[in-house]
Amino acid sequence: MYKLARDTWLIFARQMGLLLRNPVWVFVGLMQPLFFLLLFGPLLKGIPGLGGGNAYRIFIPGLLIQLALFGTLFVGFPLVSELRMGIIERMRVTPVSRFALLLGRAGTATAMLLFQGLMLVVLAIPFGLRVQVGPLLLTLALLALIAVLCSSLSYGIALWLKSEDALAPLLNMVSLPVLLLAGILLPMTYGPQWLRSISAYNPFKWAVDAARQLFAGHPGDGAVWKALLIVGALAAVVVTWAARSFARAVR
Amino acid sequence: MIETKALRKSFRSRKQTVEAVRGVDLVVREGEIFGFLGPNGAGKTTTLRMLATLVEPDGGQATVAGVDLRRAPGEVRRRIGYVAQGGCTWDEVSAREELVMQARLFGVHKSDARRRAASAIDAFQLAEFADRHCKTYSGGQRRRVDIALGVVHQPKIVFLDEPTTGLDPQSRVHMWDEVRRLRAEGMTVFLTTHYLEEADALCDRVAIMDYGEIVAEGTPDELKREVAGDVVTLGVNGSAARAAELLSTEPYVRAAEVADENLRLYVDDGASSIPQILRLLDGAGLPLGSIELHRPSLDDVFLARTGRSLREA
Repeated sequence: MYKLARDTWLIFARQMGLLLRNPVWVFVGLMQPLFFLLLFGPLLKGIPGLGGGNAYRIFIPGLLIQLALFGTLFVGFPLVSELRMGIIERMRVTPVSRFALLLGRAGTATAMLLFQGLMLVVLAIPFGLRVQVGPLLLTLALLALIAVLCSSLSYGIALWLKSEDALAPLLNMVSLPVLLLAGILLPMTYGPQWLRSISAYNPFKWAVDAARQLFAGHPGDGAVWKALLIVGALAAVVVTWAARSFARAVR
Repeated sequence: MIETKALRKSFRSRKQTVEAVRGVDLVVREGEIFGFLGPNGAGKTTTLRMLATLVEPDGGQATVAGVDLRRAPGEVRRRIGYVAQGGCTWDEVSAREELVMQARLFGVHKSDARRRAASAIDAFQLAEFADRHCKTYSGGQRRRVDIALGVVHQPKIVFLDEPTTGLDPQSRVHMWDEVRRLRAEGMTVFLTTHYLEEADALCDRVAIMDYGEIVAEGTPDELKREVAGDVVTLGVNGSAARAAELLSTEPYVRAAEVADENLRLYVDDGASSIPQILRLLDGAGLPLGSIELHRPSLDDVFLARTGRSLREA
């Protein structure tokens, strides 16, 4: 257990170091939600029943989940070039823990996301967003679970496909319907029954609902623990799978 | 140091099964440079990767550094170093950072890892560029960094996969010196190569591999002695087959092989047989383009065992 923690920290520190050498990517990832905030957010104020700061309480949680999904689902790309360069292989012929190879990387993606998420919330405050600290922390915990889930999924798929050309279309194909069916831009309750039925199977729909309840100041709402449970369980399964892929991955 | 018995591996691609390694038995002794020679696709790299725990064998046994490879690959990893074919560093980091990181992956403490990185930089003469980013290195420099990375934790055995492929002749000779230095420090070196001169000049013992099997094993001198006598290579401009027919029945010719449009004759004594060869060819009206007498090389060993020249395989 000590070894796992130590190795994970080692990989995490290394990946963090590489990321901070090019910190521009942290901000590039933030640009898209920022555009939504600035260029789409004002539209919501005009919708009856959504007016004022209330609109941002519904909109910002959605944007946070979107940021989590898109910010971490594509982290597998650099891994493909690491594979090609033989870096992964070199690490595999060391006693380093296989879980650490994955968890250290997923940790870096999570740290970056939490920073971006916090930035987004802070930037939305001048627009009238109000949120309590406790529920905000719970939201960040949910985001962290999503980051671990999506980055591990991305790493696992990258190890499986071993090609950027195959990775890009696959991730795009998965991420867009997941995003739309999560009710990120508008709550799914506005949709017809069939759309709502499909979205009930989308874990991110539960995450968005939970984040909205948290921002509305209802941390006790059933949606919150359900989302944490669903995303947490999925993350555990995907992490196990991806760590096994790390142990097997050969060019 | 390494002992294998009937080590096997096949790969399935689509519906075809390729037997990459078909039962390899070999013994590598402590403190020697052991070379694995063979054409591309002979199974050298697959064998090396099996011994370095990267590929799981389908069958057979192996002991590496005193540990059963198949039962305890994790324990094998602690005792070996591995250097892959291509360079394997990020562009944006320096050799020093990478060396410290690599030592720490083996569980070495931070300050100790720094000290080891410094001594590796010293030993491999990397000081001049060790703090620059890896993307600025030349091919030879990168290769030296790769090898330094492979041995920074001071393993008992280091596996080098084609350590000099793609290097210019000067860097290659430099690399040979580094490999010899590793041996002088008491390390066992297992390397693959498809360069005959490299196997001949650098390795204490050589195994020649072809189509997934070892066709010869021994010191370069032993192997060459097996071929015996001298080799006469005749350039006979398209009539190699006729010349072979003519000469192979002569009593002083042990064997004749056509390779690269040339005829190679294995004879007991080159000096005395050349005049007779010339006389015979002249008598048959076969024009001679060139004639060359040399001691057998590892290529001749390969040719004698497989019927093909390594250069064309």
